[in-house]
Amino acid sequence: MRYLPHTPEEIAAMLAAIGAPSLDSLFDTVPADCRMTDAWNLPAAKSEWELNDHMRHLAAAMRVDEHTKVLVGAGSYQHHIPETVRSLASRSEFLTAYTPYQPEMAQGTLQGIFEYQTLTARLLGVDVVNASMYDGASALAEALLMGLRIAKKKKRVAVAKAIHPHYRAVVRAYLQPAGYEVVELDFLANGRTDLSGLDALEDIAAVALQSPNFFGVIEDLEVAAATIHGAGMLFVTCFTEPLAYGLLKNPGSCGADIVCGEGQSFGIAPSFGGPGLGMFGCKEPFTRNLPGRLVGETKDLEGRRGYVLTLATREQHIRREKATSNICSNQGICAMTAGMYMASLGGTGIRQLARLNYDKTQYLKETLRQAGAKVVFDGPVFNEFVVEFPANFRPAYERLLANNIVAGLELGALYPKLAGRYLFCVTETISKQIMDTIGAEVGA
Amino acid sequence: MSEILGTGGLILNEPLLWHKGKKGRIGMSIPESDVPTAAIDAKLLGDAVNFPDLSEVDVVRHYTRLSQWNFGVDSGMYPLGSCTMKYNPKTNERQAATPAIASAHPMLADNLCQGTLRLLFELQQYLATITGLDAVSLQPAAGAHGELTGMLIFHAWHRSRGSQRHKILIPDTAHGTNPASAALCGFKAVPVKSDDQGMLDPALVASLMDEDTAGIMLTNPNTLGLFEERIRQIADIVHAKGGLVYGDGANMNAVLGVIDAKRCGIDVLHLNLHKTFSTPHGGGGPGAGPVCVTRELEPFLPVPRAVKEGDVFRLDSNRPQSVGRVHAFHGNFGVLVRAYSYILSMGEAGLKKASQLAVLNANYIKEQLKDVLHLPYDRPCMHECVFSDLKQQEYKISTVDMAKRLIDYGYHPPTIYFPLIVHGAMMIEPTETECKDDIDQFIATLKIITKEAVEQPELLRQAPQRTKVRRLDEVQAARCPCLIGPSGD
Repeated sequence: MRYLPHTPEEIAAMLAAIGAPSLDSLFDTVPADCRMTDAWNLPAAKSEWELNDHMRHLAAAMRVDEHTKVLVGAGSYQHHIPETVRSLASRSEFLTAYTPYQPEMAQGTLQGIFEYQTLTARLLGVDVVNASMYDGASALAEALLMGLRIAKKKKRVAVAKAIHPHYRAVVRAYLQPAGYEVVELDFLANGRTDLSGLDALEDIAAVALQSPNFFGVIEDLEVAAATIHGAGMLFVTCFTEPLAYGLLKNPGSCGADIVCGEGQSFGIAPSFGGPGLGMFGCKEPFTRNLPGRLVGETKDLEGRRGYVLTLATREQHIRREKATSNICSNQGICAMTAGMYMASLGGTGIRQLARLNYDKTQYLKETLRQAGAKVVFDGPVFNEFVVEFPANFRPAYERLLANNIVAGLELGALYPKLAGRYLFCVTETISKQIMDTIGAEVGA
Repeated sequence: MSEILGTGGLILNEPLLWHKGKKGRIGMSIPESDVPTAAIDAKLLGDAVNFPDLSEVDVVRHYTRLSQWNFGVDSGMYPLGSCTMKYNPKTNERQAATPAIASAHPMLADNLCQGTLRLLFELQQYLATITGLDAVSLQPAAGAHGELTGMLIFHAWHRSRGSQRHKILIPDTAHGTNPASAALCGFKAVPVKSDDQGMLDPALVASLMDEDTAGIMLTNPNTLGLFEERIRQIADIVHAKGGLVYGDGANMNAVLGVIDAKRCGIDVLHLNLHKTFSTPHGGGGPGAGPVCVTRELEPFLPVPRAVKEGDVFRLDSNRPQSVGRVHAFHGNFGVLVRAYSYILSMGEAGLKKASQLAVLNANYIKEQLKDVLHLPYDRPCMHECVFSDLKQQEYKISTVDMAKRLIDYGYHPPTIYFPLIVHGAMMIEPTETECKDDIDQFIATLKIITKEAVEQPELLRQAPQRTKVRRLDEVQAARCPCLIGPSGD
């Protein structure tokens, strides 16, 4: 096996040096009643080209592949990934390194993450950003746990129903066993969250909104911040599409205390939902309550600028059961990748790209409206929106699929009340021609 | 002996991103708009985002220079104990980048993504057969996430039996993630002291295990690199009191094909695919921490689960006893593809051989270095061995000095000051992918360093001297945190 370098002579020499008669004898401390006795049910080892063939075979089983235009977002977005980002992020000095516990050997990772933290903080309008969480969903769960820590005695949180249903499921899984209660806030006819009942709720530590929300609708974060803070609660916002803040007011400037979400849009392939990037930041007073790793700037012995992991006294390897989170491995290379992507776009580019996504989305929305569809929520949207078709859309969906277009996501499984409605997503990868094709099928 | 590896070379300076570029540059291609500009409510519009504008060349040079300040497994030996920094096969990267897989959307109907569902299903099966357990969830995104999932399963299982327990036993050798994961589920960690052999004592476990204790979390081989020989007995004690046994599989690279987790009495085990199954660590992640469970606990695994009906694969979320979701989608799927590729490349014989050679390398290092470094537990070890700085203390040299000196010689240091029960610990895990020549060179280097500790201790205290930066002021970093760059430029 090409990954195993030992020759039989070397094995013999090493066993002799140890004083062990055989490789098997190295395991003499393992009692018989713990031993693996069954043969494994694994396929025979494959050569490199057999593995290539095998993966080609799996790829061929994908009815939807890289040639399909997928107009589905819902937390995973098809954006153009520059070859530079793919190529730089796969440099093995970054990819095959461990967590930068030895900073003198990891300044590349550390400066790169410090730059990621900085650009992300500027994008989200917060004071501090950590070195990443697993994904947007677990980031939201951790944000609410952080809110509960800050609020101390309160035992409940409120989350908008317009937050991605999978994110809410993760929040429930994380919070309920420790005895916390999750209250859900309904949405209005315009698709925005109804905060009118907030004052009547008691014992709420934090309120979470997503913007743009699951329906693509941009929440009024400034009004929400005033309402939530007025009720004495912390304001948590999350997102699935950070590109939106290239155009829209960011959550920090609107008054959010903790901001988190999914950064897959920033140069990371959808890859069936992972690895993505949990982005996580907050306002300064809460820094020492942050979960996860932080990179900070310092000086070396000779006064040169350098970077280290810092404020580790919040973390599990120091604080154990009193840590702010159990997270250890995070999504390091994905954070580096997002940093590379933000650097490639620049301030000018992110505005232009966000605007393009916005314009194209308005175009499809208008095209479908003219073809007879009804836009379900009339609030402003970024790159997703929900529509209802006059007749059963399924036949048109199938015809479009045959034409290599996935025309939206039917919402019945996620929101029973929205059964038959479709959530569409448009990014810069969708041409006018594709959108016109969809419009023509709907009108047909 | 061949020439010492050492360091030196061409290191370029590079400023921070925002000290580069010019307003108006761009580093990526944005398509021309083919649609009309749409109206937008001015109240929604934000200010321009304060990112530097860089060209493609600016970006490429920036990150290429940064990469040269880094050290990965591809650069050299990385004997970081408990982290299993083995070689990360290149073919795995290619497989994960397969276009139909890398572009797969996670919310599509099952019939549109049979290839990725098949991979999920088969990897579940492979990990079950490899561990001896019955069912697997691939959703956890890292080892600690697997631990949390395991604790959620403990919690749900006890609740299903109408009981709620509040404590959990955790050995003093455990990784910090164990108590932190247990605390997230509301369990209070009860520490269990290991004995003078570095082992868990069943009598002590019996005295601590009661009807309010949900079970025990243990790591086997433990973090001293020793096999917990009485694990079966300990599991029986815990089970008899109505508890469950959690196995932290961080050290699984020692025992592939040797132990059967179910026969050890383990009910839930997580694996670290970024350790044992060769996926790269990415300077911090992503990892993957699948959990493997017994048949009895299968109903509690996270949803959705990949199942096979006839020749068709589908996702099943109809599991009323499930702990729910722990990830937005299917976990770190790209990492799963790499581990799947590794298993298919290695096969049964290759995986078993990997553990044998990992243990051979560790025992060889232990034997060759125990004359110059103090070995607190002189017993046959598994895949890693733990030394201390006891012999160097008289020269006022500590573990960190030896670790930093290794950097000057071209090695990544071992894990230091862990496990906590060994004062000045130095935990060396060579892994199976290091050949004898390189291990001999590493041993020779550590022998030189222990000699230097006596004759030229200042060389160690001043190390490293040849890196981009020298020792960094971590106290200052924490006292006056500077966590992001200035917002003004």
